[in-house]
Amino acid sequence: MSTNAKDLQNPLKRARGLGSAQSGVSHWWTQRVTAAGLVLLGIWFVVLVLGLLHADYATARAAVAKPWNAVLLVAFLITAFWHAVLGLQVVIEDYVHTRWKEVFLLVAIKFLAVLGALAGALAVLRIALGA
Amino acid sequence: MAEFTLPKNSKIQPGKHFPAKDAKKPRTFRIYRWSPDDGQNPRIDTYEVDLAACGPMVLDALLKIKNEIDPTLTLRRSCREGICGSCAMNIDGTNTLACTRAIEECAAGDVKIYPLPHMPVVKDLVPDLTHFYAQFASIKPWLRTQSAAPDRERLQTPEDRKKLDGLYECILCACCSTSCPSYWWNGDRYLGPAILLQAYRWIVDSRDEDTGARLDDLEDPFKLYRCHTIMNCARTCPKGLNPAKAIAEIKKLIVERRSA
Repeated sequence: MSTNAKDLQNPLKRARGLGSAQSGVSHWWTQRVTAAGLVLLGIWFVVLVLGLLHADYATARAAVAKPWNAVLLVAFLITAFWHAVLGLQVVIEDYVHTRWKEVFLLVAIKFLAVLGALAGALAVLRIALGA
Repeated sequence: MAEFTLPKNSKIQPGKHFPAKDAKKPRTFRIYRWSPDDGQNPRIDTYEVDLAACGPMVLDALLKIKNEIDPTLTLRRSCREGICGSCAMNIDGTNTLACTRAIEECAAGDVKIYPLPHMPVVKDLVPDLTHFYAQFASIKPWLRTQSAAPDRERLQTPEDRKKLDGLYECILCACCSTSCPSYWWNGDRYLGPAILLQAYRWIVDSRDEDTGARLDDLEDPFKLYRCHTIMNCARTCPKGLNPAKAIAEIKKLIVERRSA
């Protein structure tokens, strides 16, 4: 943003740039909604894990297989990955200023988050459906 | 990546020392110096000032240094009463106005004075605010209306006028924007707290009829949503304003006009 004497552009040209993207509110709002969801699901998850302290493998597996636990666990996984990807996106936009690296990372975190959420959901479903 | 270390030609070198002779109440000022003309790195010059013969504010000391010790010291100043915003600089680790900051309020030890952080420096304590002013111009900071011009002033109820309190007092000194890490890393696109507070000043003005277009212009991941509520802006504002709150209000209005 330093001003270059050789640059013949008016400073207003640089300040206006490419104009408004007319987006951003969805990201902002979704980040807050998923955060609220994670507060509730997070409390439930901690209670579930505390209840399984010192439990053996079969007990833990049976707890995950309970329908409500399985539903909430999948919801927790999806919300957590969704929220994480929204947060990481902000960090990347803040600090990575080489455009190709920025785009690569923004796409990569989305792929990884989808894979992570799918793998987690599949793990829960296999237990819940007794596969 | 964002730059976390200074480039080679910005690394600060030790500077000159100007001791005070027969001072009754000496106080040491360590001041950032850089000139575009001599090809040198920036340096910190040390000035001892006799506070017994100096006004109470940091600006008084700076002008005493310029008038009596070292006329090459370069700074902006005008009104000396906190209304023009010219003498904004980093004093004792905080962006503030030299004219309203008392020397006694600075922490014990040397008083350290730098230009506003992360801006191009024109010389010594003078930052280049060209982009900051252009960003201000980009929000079209004037009353925008669709209705026909009335024969008299556009009126406003006392309640509506009250909504401008805490906003109209902004003097555009740039203390808040240059204290904001988001503005440091992304100031080319992020409008920063000062400009967003000014934008909100027109968004809430009951006489302005272009609210929707103003919100359209701001709804952008970089122009507006780089604000991560770090709150340095509210802490540093020498006028006691809260730009972070104004930004939060803009975000609320943009949510309000859409479906949840």
